[in-house]
Amino acid sequence: MDFRFSKQEEAFRTEVEDFIKKELPPGWTEENIYWPGGYGTLADFELSTPLIEQFRRRLAKKGWLAISWPKEYGGAGRSNIEQAIFHERMSYYRAPGGEIATDIGGPTILHFGSEEMKKEWLPGIAGGDIRFWLAYSEPNAGSDLASLQTSAVEDGDELVINGQKTWSTVAHVSDYAWMVARTDPTAPPHKGISMIIVDNKSEGVTIRPLINICGFHSFNEVFFDNVRVPKKNIVGEKNQGWYYVMLALDFERLIIPIGGFRRTFEEILEYAKTKHDGQAPSSDPLIRNKLAEIAIEIEVAYMFFWQTAWMLDRGLVPNIEASVLKLVTTELSQKLATAGMEVMGPYGQLERGSKWASLRGRVSAGYLDCISALVGAGTSEIQRNIIAMRGLGLPRK
Amino acid sequence: MDLGLTEEQEMLKTSARDFLQKECPKQLVKELDESDEGYSPELWRKMADLGWIGLVFPEEYGGSGGSFLDLVVLLEEMGYNILPGPFFSTVVLGALPILTAGNEEQKKEFLPKVASGKMLLTLALTEPSARYDAASVKTTAVAQSGEYVVNGAKLFVPDANVADYILCVARTKEEVGTEDGITVFLVDAKSPGVKCTLLKTLARDKQCEVIFDSVRVSKYNILGKLDEGWPVVESVLQKATVAKCAEMVGGAQAVLEMAVSYAKERVQFNRPIGSFQAIQHYCANMVTDVDGSRFITYKAAWKVNEGLPAAMDVAIAKAWTSEAYGRVALLGHQIFGAIGFTMDHDMHLYYRRAKASEMMFGDGNFQRAVVAQELGL
Repeated sequence: MDFRFSKQEEAFRTEVEDFIKKELPPGWTEENIYWPGGYGTLADFELSTPLIEQFRRRLAKKGWLAISWPKEYGGAGRSNIEQAIFHERMSYYRAPGGEIATDIGGPTILHFGSEEMKKEWLPGIAGGDIRFWLAYSEPNAGSDLASLQTSAVEDGDELVINGQKTWSTVAHVSDYAWMVARTDPTAPPHKGISMIIVDNKSEGVTIRPLINICGFHSFNEVFFDNVRVPKKNIVGEKNQGWYYVMLALDFERLIIPIGGFRRTFEEILEYAKTKHDGQAPSSDPLIRNKLAEIAIEIEVAYMFFWQTAWMLDRGLVPNIEASVLKLVTTELSQKLATAGMEVMGPYGQLERGSKWASLRGRVSAGYLDCISALVGAGTSEIQRNIIAMRGLGLPRK
Repeated sequence: MDLGLTEEQEMLKTSARDFLQKECPKQLVKELDESDEGYSPELWRKMADLGWIGLVFPEEYGGSGGSFLDLVVLLEEMGYNILPGPFFSTVVLGALPILTAGNEEQKKEFLPKVASGKMLLTLALTEPSARYDAASVKTTAVAQSGEYVVNGAKLFVPDANVADYILCVARTKEEVGTEDGITVFLVDAKSPGVKCTLLKTLARDKQCEVIFDSVRVSKYNILGKLDEGWPVVESVLQKATVAKCAEMVGGAQAVLEMAVSYAKERVQFNRPIGSFQAIQHYCANMVTDVDGSRFITYKAAWKVNEGLPAAMDVAIAKAWTSEAYGRVALLGHQIFGAIGFTMDHDMHLYYRRAKASEMMFGDGNFQRAVVAQELGL
């Protein structure tokens, strides 16, 4: 057992840290109100895309959008621990980095895609040229994803897609839908689903904005009206999409902005130590106890985080671990927001830009955004079902 | 970064699980809980033969030169199976401080006897104030012609009823309330003036009141330096706190396994209760608590093992693990329903110990105060 980073890991960590400090626009970390674990306050929703694009291109140039992928597909060929180190530092500085194509679609293609598909898609994803959005949820398929109805019918060399997707985060700033659709309506629900990559620019795709609780245009509803897609855009085998999406969801649950928790906590901690009109919130023993509680849970969350990366490096598939990590950190997201409110008292409710607002209204925004954390990528209840049934083998009936 | 156990540690874990399952069945646990001694001399001999007691002693003192992390692995298994008796007091509270602070004569005199199972030890630190700080040490030791005369009352002393020697923490300087002027003495439990009274506790563990009434101790029995005993105590407390966490991790793991297997078997409404989401979610919460406790405990143990500053990590581990074990034990009871509320069942053994362990060396609130202090609050 050794909880230290190896020399190589330590050097990489320093390299990442130096890069971020040099390349991130000044004041970015402080300005940015991204709340760890949330889906609604990403910088992408409010800032000029060119700035983010520029930064991502520099990351891509270093191979850092695909750190653990083999070099032949544009990756950096590094370990999962190094990938985790990268995520940790990036999220600590609230830096815009990987997204759905790099963190979810790409790894799934790497696992299940044909050689042809890997060559076609992975270098572009690793190069930062391609962004995906997740076309999973539908108005009537939320937690019960297998009941999805969007259809993909074969027609010669193409598939014809009809249906509606919703809660489609970043669909409006992405290039392709990473979609699950029904390719065999006669098979049982889990066995007639395929995973397909669909170009946003295709004829028949209509994207309509949905404004989230924080006031940002983060997600959308997307309509597919006779959208034609080449059959080669099916990932892996036809009708096996359910198994792929389960793995893709595990990947999604591993993208935890762990450093963001620490960063935001440090800011709240600093606020607590500072005198406001003569008194520091930390003079209250209940506040000290609450902050210690959060510090402890952040440490526990970190351990789950490193554990999953370590498992991946040993060729193990973190499955319930992904669910546990997701569950623990998203609940922490909510506790952190509640603790922030408790520390700041009435000042916590002030939004960014308001007179008297502190920490740029971060806690106020986080208090709203943390709701999404426990819902996206499978609700907390779905995570507990997975842990109980897949992990502990408890019976379905 | 390497988060796995070594091959030797995996082997130790497996053999400890097998041995304890065979040699320390729950029937024996219950008998020992109800006895006054609280341990089985026969089992103690077998553990000595296996080299468990001297696991972390160097070979020259009859040990096998293991690391603190090895000991933590073993303690997790002792918590898993539940092993009543003075292993924790003898090895963690008694032998480790002798190993780190004792002089050569003391190590040679005590450690081989301990390792071979012939000597039991414990630490008498807390007093009626039931606190773990230096200021609460009011027991005095006054120098008198080459000896010290110890007077005071110690409370919640584990396994003093069977200990051969007691490490007694006493004040050797007048300044009450400071860390300076505290000395640790190795006191023969049979010395005139030592009076031990067994307390009746929730967990049936053998905690005692020990009165020192003009007990004479040779100056050669000072462990470490005169007046500079508090760092010795702090070092013991740090190791003991992590060690207690390891026991709790094992106990929580056992409760999880028991409850999950019962949830798969127990049928109500024509289906196993484990198919109900309410029960499934309880079990998922237990997994989260158990795994989190294990990771955070091993991190603290690793830091202690490496000799790195660990105050924060140890406090975090104890705060989290204490409360996690409590939650797990309660959920276990909820899943077992009425059967778990009987003396025949094993659940209560864990539920009782979860509370006793939580309180020992400081509960969640105590540890969070330490964390807050470390955070600069």
